[in-house]
Amino acid sequence: MTEAVLRTERLCKHFGGLVAVSEVSLEFFIDRIHAVIGPNGAGKTTLTSLLSGDLASTSGHIYLDGEDIAGLRAERISQRGVGRSYQKTNIFLPFTAFENCRLAAQSRLPSSMRFIRSALGYREVNEEAMRALSEVGLAHRAQELAASLSHGEQRQLEIAMTLATRPRILLLDEPLAGMGSEDSARMVELLQKLKRAHAMLLVEHDMDAVFALADRLTVMVNGCVLESGAPEEIRASTAVQEAYLGTEETHT
Amino acid sequence: MRGTRVATLVLVGCVLALALLPLFAEKYYIQLFTKMMIMAIFAMSLDLLVGYTGLVSLGHAAFFGLAGYILAFAAPQYEAANLWLSLPLAMAGSGLLALIIGALVLRTSGIYFIMVTLAFAQMVFFVFHDTKIAGGADGIYVYAKPVADIAGWQPFTLDNHTHFYFVVLVLLVLVYALLRVLLASLFGRVIVGIRVNEHRMRSLGYRTFGYKLACFVLSGVLAGMAGYFAAAQFGFVSPDLLGWHQSGGVLMMVILGGMGTLNGAVLGAFSMMLLELGFQGLPAVGGVDIGKHWQLLMGGFIVLVVLLLPHGLLGLGRLASRLLRKPVEAGDD
Amino acid sequence: MDANTFLIQILNGIQYGLLLFLVASGLTLILGIMGIINLAHGSFYMVGAYLAFSLSQHFGSLWLAMAGGVVLAVAIGLALEWLLISRLYHRDHLYQVLLTYGLILMFEELRSLVFGDDVHGVAVPAILQASIPLTETLSYPVYRLWMSAVCIALAIGMYLLIQKTRLGMMVRAGAANREMVQSLGINIDLLYRLVFALGVALAAFAGMIAAPVASVFPGMGNQVLIICFVVVVIGGIGSVKGAMLAAILIGLVDTFGKVLTLQIGGVQVLPELSGMMIYVLMAVVLLARPEGLFGRRG
Repeated sequence: MTEAVLRTERLCKHFGGLVAVSEVSLEFFIDRIHAVIGPNGAGKTTLTSLLSGDLASTSGHIYLDGEDIAGLRAERISQRGVGRSYQKTNIFLPFTAFENCRLAAQSRLPSSMRFIRSALGYREVNEEAMRALSEVGLAHRAQELAASLSHGEQRQLEIAMTLATRPRILLLDEPLAGMGSEDSARMVELLQKLKRAHAMLLVEHDMDAVFALADRLTVMVNGCVLESGAPEEIRASTAVQEAYLGTEETHT
Repeated sequence: MRGTRVATLVLVGCVLALALLPLFAEKYYIQLFTKMMIMAIFAMSLDLLVGYTGLVSLGHAAFFGLAGYILAFAAPQYEAANLWLSLPLAMAGSGLLALIIGALVLRTSGIYFIMVTLAFAQMVFFVFHDTKIAGGADGIYVYAKPVADIAGWQPFTLDNHTHFYFVVLVLLVLVYALLRVLLASLFGRVIVGIRVNEHRMRSLGYRTFGYKLACFVLSGVLAGMAGYFAAAQFGFVSPDLLGWHQSGGVLMMVILGGMGTLNGAVLGAFSMMLLELGFQGLPAVGGVDIGKHWQLLMGGFIVLVVLLLPHGLLGLGRLASRLLRKPVEAGDD
Repeated sequence: MDANTFLIQILNGIQYGLLLFLVASGLTLILGIMGIINLAHGSFYMVGAYLAFSLSQHFGSLWLAMAGGVVLAVAIGLALEWLLISRLYHRDHLYQVLLTYGLILMFEELRSLVFGDDVHGVAVPAILQASIPLTETLSYPVYRLWMSAVCIALAIGMYLLIQKTRLGMMVRAGAANREMVQSLGINIDLLYRLVFALGVALAAFAGMIAAPVASVFPGMGNQVLIICFVVVVIGGIGSVKGAMLAAILIGLVDTFGKVLTLQIGGVQVLPELSGMMIYVLMAVVLLARPEGLFGRRG
């Protein structure tokens, strides 16, 4: 573990007068899951969008492998090895699970401006798609329409699509959202498996999963980083407990 | 799958029927069907844009009409233009216009896109209607049909309405086949992906603007092909070829048939034209010449189709086939 | 160009722009608040003009014609919304485009059946027939000044209605979140119907007051519609402020374009190609700010 794959430096996002993200400085390394938690409206999804290029930052820097990617659009950032999954399932519902991943894998070809040869004839792309599906455990559902998959399977497909683009860093926005305990356990296992080859940002509300997976934990409140450190430290921190974990415990 | 085999059979049957038509039909019907096939090419070009890429253009006639005008300009005074030179020229001209307009309008989406495509087409209409570039509102004549001359040899002559018919039929089949291949290619998959979820396509790393522009240009080029032959057949070009009634009409054809299917575009083109003829031929009722005011019926028809047939005629067909299918075959798809 | 001619052109440009604003404001309200693109909006402008023509002949007074005409236009608008437009709220813009396109065809033919295809003139009401003298030879028609005044009054009225009244607040809320407003117990269907009727009334009224100046002819609805689209694109969807600014801008550009002469590289750009000016303007805005001057980004 040497250089951070992704590093933010005093990252800020303002919507007019509203401060959504303020002075956030974080780092992400390969083989490390960096979880970001916090109450609703803390700016976690906004942060994820800033890193993926879905939103443009107001100020601050984002360094990908040392290069400043601020101002780059989502397409370019994705091509540089950043993969993002969405909180609200963002797949291609009318296509099969296979086609969803195939389209994702196709994006890694140097150019899709090819008009004659059938898309299904690109063997490497097809294999990559099946590999991604297998990795999340959806290979047996490859020919199902995405719309007819269960919610948990759709969340898995969401991840598979991101994997098919062979990213170096995964930005996962609530991958366990809406999942039952069985699906959740499977997802945690999957994320654990993926850790080795990727850097990961994990935004989650499921505290069991967060403490099972996270190597580093950052707590955000009102757009600012409240505390950042090892999971045990965060768990023991009184400030965090007051601001966030306290309310979580009263719920469970 | 049984469904696609039936569809292929129907397609082949239609092409055969069209190929055999001139043997039985008189000149009037041959020319009528020629016109319908030309509009089918026009409709398919728009389906690529609307049905497959999800870009609703209300100004597609600009590319259709421009090609017609290019033909009129390409023909030396009172003589015929060379098909092999003027057709590519007309298509390239339409493509260039599509490139320029596309680069501007594709910066917008949704409602804005619809409005700006209409506005730019109106601008092109204005250039040909209000200026002296091309005979203004009166239009200009294409005095002679283009000749297919290659160093003295003419494989066919467009003066002969049957030759004209077959040339258009061949082009119709070629364009259809080309679009089918295109839609199955890498490019085609990107295009469809853009319609389903452009945001996700961009987050997967696709530079969607370039693909949309390429599609817009290709669509314009094909519309130009149709416009060229429309002008050649009619022998006359006027600004109405570029007007928004033309744009609205072809959009209606795509929707009527069922958009995003290609077959629907062809079906819609044939149906709309037959319907138009039908309405125009209606007799006067109670002192009111219905035939003259056929657009009233057409407008009403359009309103009804939008309200009652969201998937167009093909949607009806699919519904019917599902109702008629016996239970035993239900698991076939 | 001397000072007086310049003044006249400015007044003309602003007057034209204000008229455009009247029509375009209805369009942008319906678009912004209801999310409906109504191609037949121009047809209501035409309906207003033809009603002004026929009713003024019937009543002998343009004032009565306007009053009756607005009532009629609103009635038609309400009926249309209730029967057809209301079924389009949840559907793609494509279907709205097609349905309202079908309506244009029907309106055109109905107009042809009822009023014929001739061009008509409408007389300026007696009270407003005077002209204000500027020099010994030039004078400016009072009617045009009256038109501008009416447009400005209506614009202020609209602003007050939308920004300062409870109804306006409901309308703005309904634009942001239809379901939420519904769950608050407000009858959103009625609200939308009122907004639509307002938009229609504005367009028809604009046609009526324009009739003495611009004459009444078959293509007038479509012509004004395209220009209104350009106004909305430049101003930004849903922005009445933007529509005003864009409309005045277009009014001035169009008016001056027709009277100036300009040659570029041997080509007589103005006044021959003056009609293209507004599209060039739109192209420039598209390049610089695709969502319009006051439109919401993305």
